[in-house]
Amino acid sequence: MSATVQTLEAIERPPVSMGSRLEGELLEVSMGPQHPSTHGVFRMNVALEGEVVRKLKPVFGYLHRNHEKLGENMSYLGSMPYTDRLDYFCSMTNNWAYALSVEKLAGIKVPERAEYLRVILAELTRLQNHASLLGFLLNDMGAWGTPLMYAFREREKILDLFESLSGSRMMCDYMRFGGCRCDTPPGWMERAKQIVDRFPHFIDDLEQLVVGNEVVIGRTQNVGILSPDLAINAGIAGPMLRASGVNYDIRKVDGYGFYPRFKFRIPLGEHGDTYDRLMMRVLEMRESLSILKQAFEQIQPGPIMNPKVKIRAFRPPVGEAYGRIEGPKGELGFYLISDGGQNPYRYRVRPPSFVNLTVLEDLCLGHTVADVMVILGSVDIVMGEVDR
Amino acid sequence: MTEPIDERLRSELQQHGVWVTSMQELYNWGRKNSIWPLQFGLACCAIEMIATAASRYDIARFGGEIFRPSPRQADLMIVAGTVTKKMAPQIVRLYNQMADPKYVIAMGACAISGGPFKQGYNVLKGIDRYIPVDVYIPGCPPRPEALLHAFMELQRKIDSQKLSGADKAEHLKPEQPSEFPVPLFGEHDLESSANPGVFHPPEIERA
Repeated sequence: MSATVQTLEAIERPPVSMGSRLEGELLEVSMGPQHPSTHGVFRMNVALEGEVVRKLKPVFGYLHRNHEKLGENMSYLGSMPYTDRLDYFCSMTNNWAYALSVEKLAGIKVPERAEYLRVILAELTRLQNHASLLGFLLNDMGAWGTPLMYAFREREKILDLFESLSGSRMMCDYMRFGGCRCDTPPGWMERAKQIVDRFPHFIDDLEQLVVGNEVVIGRTQNVGILSPDLAINAGIAGPMLRASGVNYDIRKVDGYGFYPRFKFRIPLGEHGDTYDRLMMRVLEMRESLSILKQAFEQIQPGPIMNPKVKIRAFRPPVGEAYGRIEGPKGELGFYLISDGGQNPYRYRVRPPSFVNLTVLEDLCLGHTVADVMVILGSVDIVMGEVDR
Repeated sequence: MTEPIDERLRSELQQHGVWVTSMQELYNWGRKNSIWPLQFGLACCAIEMIATAASRYDIARFGGEIFRPSPRQADLMIVAGTVTKKMAPQIVRLYNQMADPKYVIAMGACAISGGPFKQGYNVLKGIDRYIPVDVYIPGCPPRPEALLHAFMELQRKIDSQKLSGADKAEHLKPEQPSEFPVPLFGEHDLESSANPGVFHPPEIERA
């Protein structure tokens, strides 16, 4: 018996684009509102050609909680706990943005220690938001569980700090017009310093897992490219804008709070793809750590509340104000019109997640349906803020 | 299942390595220690639900770590967050798709009654108007420990359910509905806003 060597003949593979095979046949799929990777109750109607996305229409409103209307029927202070529930990952920055716009409206000064505390809390919020975002993003990519567990382990440490300061893990309701609600408990600063000192280990671990990982690179590089022109025209803000290479950070542009007193760099992306958006969060966490270290050195004891502000029956003068901050997800702004009464006449939120979500179709077109989840994860949405 | 065994005799037998149990106990023991929740979050409470499943609070200690994205494979629906009028029909549909026996935990003030958003025009005043709820946890959001407590309460409830007799579990009674009407969008509000099978609006006493 003579052995015969069989050679495999070249198989005719379908063309990569799949376009020629299923010409004209679109399959409409409704993804969500109950879907493990839609980050809440978000729904997308996707028209697929084979596996390639040809159309994508987002459907909002499954978590519309009448935030703005409630704000207009409530005293200024009464809206503060509601801002916690806008973007429920970052209650501290939401509080700050709202306090900032009311302070602008009424011309209130904030004591020095309170400003430092606000910076510290905002940067801690940024750390935990970015950490959990990366966990969720890797979760969506198929790394089921493990990165999210790592991220939530770090998040819990920061939530403990928030809890000992404000009494609540997530819904802090900590800032007030003209300062903060209460001073730090004894030993809080030391614990915060410890956590900040140990945080780089987590980022190093995460970078080792992510940066060179072949699967992550394959799934994210050249996927969902956002051009700088489109980003500016669509009003994108935050890490997503900077991942496209546009140097615009409200911490630098407006210089609100005490940010001009700190030295920090703004990381910028080159390609605007999902990988850049992912790395942007990692780099921003490192810059946040440097801001936190400077703030711990500079903060001094002192009053944390402006004593002239009347908390009860607070009536700002007639006028309007727009206060904005660089939230972890982008530009978070509150627009208030006062008619001199106890309630705002108009209360409008400029949510970063919602505006960043508007380009989702442009990012997803031409990619496979599996990439949609990864792109959506890199946009970093929270439905409480999108639907309000 | 006819005569309950004497507790002292049973513990004595256990010391000698003989386990005596009834079908009902064995069945409930298996059910209560492998509850598969539906992976389904609505709002803020969902983040605390994820924190409960994460390493620090670790719902796996109670056998509830397998979150299934499909209602067909789930035993427990944790309604975690604000239910809006747009979302309520989907939740009832998901509940109807789950296989019996199924349980519901209403997590947080919003799922119980509408919570801080109750005055809003778009928020449901409690999910128990449309589906039966087994355990309510107050809080905004409830801490992970509270969710674990609710989970243990549910385990206690499952443990006490009878498989036969007049007072057997609700899901074993043929007359008990397993599906509930999906609310429709009416002219002004969701239709069937008072679901007589589940929810009885409180009668207000006027002097």
